[in-house]
Amino acid sequence: MADQATFAEDTTSFMGSLYTAALRMTRNPSDAQDLVQETYLKAYRGYEGFEAGTNLKAWLYRILTNTFINSYRSRQRHPEETELDDIEELYLFRRMSGRDGSMGRSAEDEALDWITDEEVKVGLESLPETFRMTVLLADVEGFSYKEIADIMDVPIGTVMSRLHRGRRALEKALHNFGVARGLVAAQ
Amino acid sequence: MKGDDTNINCREALHRVYHFLDGELTPERRDQIARHLDRCSPCLRAFGFETEIRRLVADRCRDEVPEELRTRIAAVIDHEHRQRAKAGGFADGAER
Repeated sequence: MADQATFAEDTTSFMGSLYTAALRMTRNPSDAQDLVQETYLKAYRGYEGFEAGTNLKAWLYRILTNTFINSYRSRQRHPEETELDDIEELYLFRRMSGRDGSMGRSAEDEALDWITDEEVKVGLESLPETFRMTVLLADVEGFSYKEIADIMDVPIGTVMSRLHRGRRALEKALHNFGVARGLVAAQ
Repeated sequence: MKGDDTNINCREALHRVYHFLDGELTPERRDQIARHLDRCSPCLRAFGFETEIRRLVADRCRDEVPEELRTRIAAVIDHEHRQRAKAGGFADGAER
């Protein structure tokens, strides 16, 4: 049983990544702040039910995710956004590879240096929510398939499907940015 | 290799790139792919690139937490704490 007296100290280091996740989910700094605040309050209230020594980060993310789905997502109802076109494997690699870059790196690895922070964030935010959240949890926060399954309360197979498809969609979005900036030919 | 049916081809290896990078394969399957990458530089390059994309997404999705948010959260938690103290709501009855 965790102790509320140590809550602030135990959880403060997660605020940065929770805020980043909230920004990607809500796409709105004001809503993101409210979401994180609500998450911390719920976490504080439920902290004595948290088993000390278990995965605190995953526990916090579960509260964040549930709060987003229940309170914020319903406000942004976009039913058409639950689907994602099938995109081929290695979408970006197939369009960027082939040449050698300078300094012993490949051309495609070098080209990634030119992508801006903003483009990565916008690219991620362009995905439908469930795919966006899955990619976020795996690639930004480093959770395993099993942890993501627990956080989103879905089977591991669903995590895998959403993650793989979401990543390919993100690659396509990054490719579009590259084309727009003349870094890579449109194909 | 005569009788060796454990070598996989490029298509099979590339199809599992995400599983491999995520550490979600059986040890046998992982070894198969690692051996394939040892002898296939195009596939190695593709795997390397996918690794770079993961790193890109992890490194570039960072945001500053506004100081006001930290302050707000501390205040909200503190308020909640005081409410509980007033209501005598601590399980062990102790004052904090």
